[in-house]
Amino acid sequence: MKQSICFYFQVHQPDRLRLYRFFDIGNDFHYFDEFANRTILRRVADKCYLPANYILLELIKKYGDRFKISFSISGVAIEQFERYTPEVLDSFKALAATGCVEFLAETYSHSLASMSSPSEFKKQVIQHGDLMEKTFGVKPTAFRNTELIYSDTIGAAVSEMGYGTMLTEGAKHILGWKSPNYIYTNAINPRLKLLLRNFNMSDDIAFRFSNKSWDGWPLTADKYAAWLVQTIKDEDIVNLFMDYETFGEHQQASTGIFDFLKALPEAILSQTGMEFCTPSEAVKRHQPVAPLHVPFPISWADEERDTTAWLGNELQNEAFNKIYALEQDVFKTKDDKLISTYRKLQESDHFYYMCTKFFSDGAVHSYFNPYDTPYEAFINYMNVLSDFEIRVADKLADIKTKKVKK
Amino acid sequence: MKVLMFGWEFPPHIAGGLGTACYGMTKGLAHNGVEVLFVMPSASGDEDQSSVRIINASDVEVYDTCRSVDEFMSKVNFLIVGSNMMPYVDPECFSDLIDKQEKGENEEFKVSFRQKYKFSGKYGKNLMEEVSRYAVVAATIARDNQFDVIHAHDWLTYLAGIAAKRVTGKPLVIHVHATEFDRSGENINTEVFKLEQMGMQEADKVITVSNLTRNIVINKYGINPDKVITVHNAVDFSGRSDLSVQRGVKEKVITFLGRITFQKGPEYFIEAANKVLKMYPNVRFVMAGSGDLMNRSIRRVAKLGISDRFHFTGFLRGDDVRRMFLYSDVYVMPSVSEPFGISPLEAMKSNVPTIISKQSGVAEVLKYAIKMDFWDIDALADAMYGLLAYPALSDMAIKSGLDEVNALKWDNAAAKVKNVYTAAISSK
Repeated sequence: MKQSICFYFQVHQPDRLRLYRFFDIGNDFHYFDEFANRTILRRVADKCYLPANYILLELIKKYGDRFKISFSISGVAIEQFERYTPEVLDSFKALAATGCVEFLAETYSHSLASMSSPSEFKKQVIQHGDLMEKTFGVKPTAFRNTELIYSDTIGAAVSEMGYGTMLTEGAKHILGWKSPNYIYTNAINPRLKLLLRNFNMSDDIAFRFSNKSWDGWPLTADKYAAWLVQTIKDEDIVNLFMDYETFGEHQQASTGIFDFLKALPEAILSQTGMEFCTPSEAVKRHQPVAPLHVPFPISWADEERDTTAWLGNELQNEAFNKIYALEQDVFKTKDDKLISTYRKLQESDHFYYMCTKFFSDGAVHSYFNPYDTPYEAFINYMNVLSDFEIRVADKLADIKTKKVKK
Repeated sequence: MKVLMFGWEFPPHIAGGLGTACYGMTKGLAHNGVEVLFVMPSASGDEDQSSVRIINASDVEVYDTCRSVDEFMSKVNFLIVGSNMMPYVDPECFSDLIDKQEKGENEEFKVSFRQKYKFSGKYGKNLMEEVSRYAVVAATIARDNQFDVIHAHDWLTYLAGIAAKRVTGKPLVIHVHATEFDRSGENINTEVFKLEQMGMQEADKVITVSNLTRNIVINKYGINPDKVITVHNAVDFSGRSDLSVQRGVKEKVITFLGRITFQKGPEYFIEAANKVLKMYPNVRFVMAGSGDLMNRSIRRVAKLGISDRFHFTGFLRGDDVRRMFLYSDVYVMPSVSEPFGISPLEAMKSNVPTIISKQSGVAEVLKYAIKMDFWDIDALADAMYGLLAYPALSDMAIKSGLDEVNALKWDNAAAKVKNVYTAAISSK
């Protein structure tokens, strides 16, 4: 069997909160900063999604099914596309129509539900799967969790939901001497196959591409293809997982990232023995080599590859506990608007903004953060959550009085 | 009687409570037949001059400079210090100021004699320099005007008061609104302390805003008790527009409003809130303001797991302060050290029952506020719970509190100040 290369791009945009003051609690049900969300989405669409989708479509036209990629698009991002930039959604649909693109399942709202509530996790995965099927016409068979968060138990839950493939980080502290360039299985349920991100090769593109003090700069497609050959040796697969916004947004067009993307398939196909495949194809092509034990959650974030970017300090833990404590009440209301808002408030980004790990990975953190300090992020989030609690309680009281009248 | 008064700020441009107090006092003095000539470092022209004449120190030309400055220097042991310090300034305002100064926007303030001096009139980096230059200008103003007594408010103006006294020989009254010990705890800035002490020693009479402050002046500055007189502040609510709030929360609201710093005792408020929430869930707590303990407070609240019932508003400006009072059902001021503390009066005026620490000067004039030691979290929690749970208690606190606050008139306080002037003049 030929060696494989698997590209996967993450597409997500959060629903940023507006400045929500104490005086607004109980008075204002309008939580989100529509202006910022629209402006940012418009910018990212013009700089990244539209040009990158166009390039990928041209590449697929040129190479046919020799070039394959995969995407995961969060449900809340799809909602934003529908609302603000429907042409982006159309361009993803055009990619889906080629049959060379796999769309993965994830949680609808890019949430951390997998670490708190199995029932809410499952609901969001089903919601997202339905959305993918409705939008792109295919039910997803491979799964990736928010920020590639994974543990043995999360994997088992995903397998239970019928997924045979899951993506996660090739974290050094988990792998030890083992290579990320093989397929592994879940330690609890071996039917779930794991694809591990090769972070060195992925970050060469996602983080280091434009770094002029990096000894690999400037990175060309030919050079990268040569590195791939060195990396894979006689192993099975190299998994390159990254944010889609790498193209044109994190790495600006002026860095040459789009030219690199255009030239990369040719270089890989001509200079290496690797074939492009999607995650679901990869697990059919290659045999798993071993189960992988991950007792504690890992992710693709930061140097630690753990979940402390979202749940690492008392502010984050408090906000997280408070929102998941509302779960039962929210669903008792059976109110679609409240449930939809509840999902948006679960987006992992809100917790990310409260991160106090400013020192080693501060640059990345502050890049994505609309708040000046994690404290402001926390205050704003808790103000919104306090109002949301009131809405839920009011709705429940409403239902109760109606029942009594009947 | 005519008084030359040195202040640092005057409404509408105020950073702390000093300007408000000066304004009330000058109005009260006018009603008592005392004419006030108010000098401030940087007047904008839109100050209310109905009861006072305001002299902008920036507009005073220091003629005859060489001779008078030399003369002045020889009379006053001139303090030239170049450290930054901040007395009452709120953090936002301070950092703005520092930013501006670092960008060199205040270049024009360089000492250049035979000219008008420009003062920023704010609290910031070049404060000591401004304090010193203010004194130089004060001497000129003192020589060019007729008056019977000099009155200087807080340490920023003491040097100006001393200079005016040295030049004219008129009696000096200094007014202590806060001491360095209130601002910095035990880790005082010794330069400020020295300046304060010098002012108190040079003064013929020292007015303190509370007995608490009087004791500090006597014990920590070593001032003769005979010349230290307490005149409690009053409060002036006239000319306020009506304000209404749309209350969004059904629960009762207990409020802490002030700088979130060590002296204000925010941690006692948080711990007591945690205790109350266990007994009386139908309540929300609000900590309004900002300060160097804010982040620590937020972390503590998160750690206690009460942050859906304990809210932070950040720094409140203008009408939002009053709106916050209207939103409140109980107001708490657990200050560790508070020379006077005007905000409980503000709360009581807004019909909000009030809990204050015994370590605040305002505790000396209020009967219908619940008082406790700042460190006594259990007593604080008890008081909060009582005001929440027993309407009889809060009703009485509201009704009697309003009467009590309405009785605190600047006219009465000013009459006492006038007596101090008379004593100072006759002792000369």
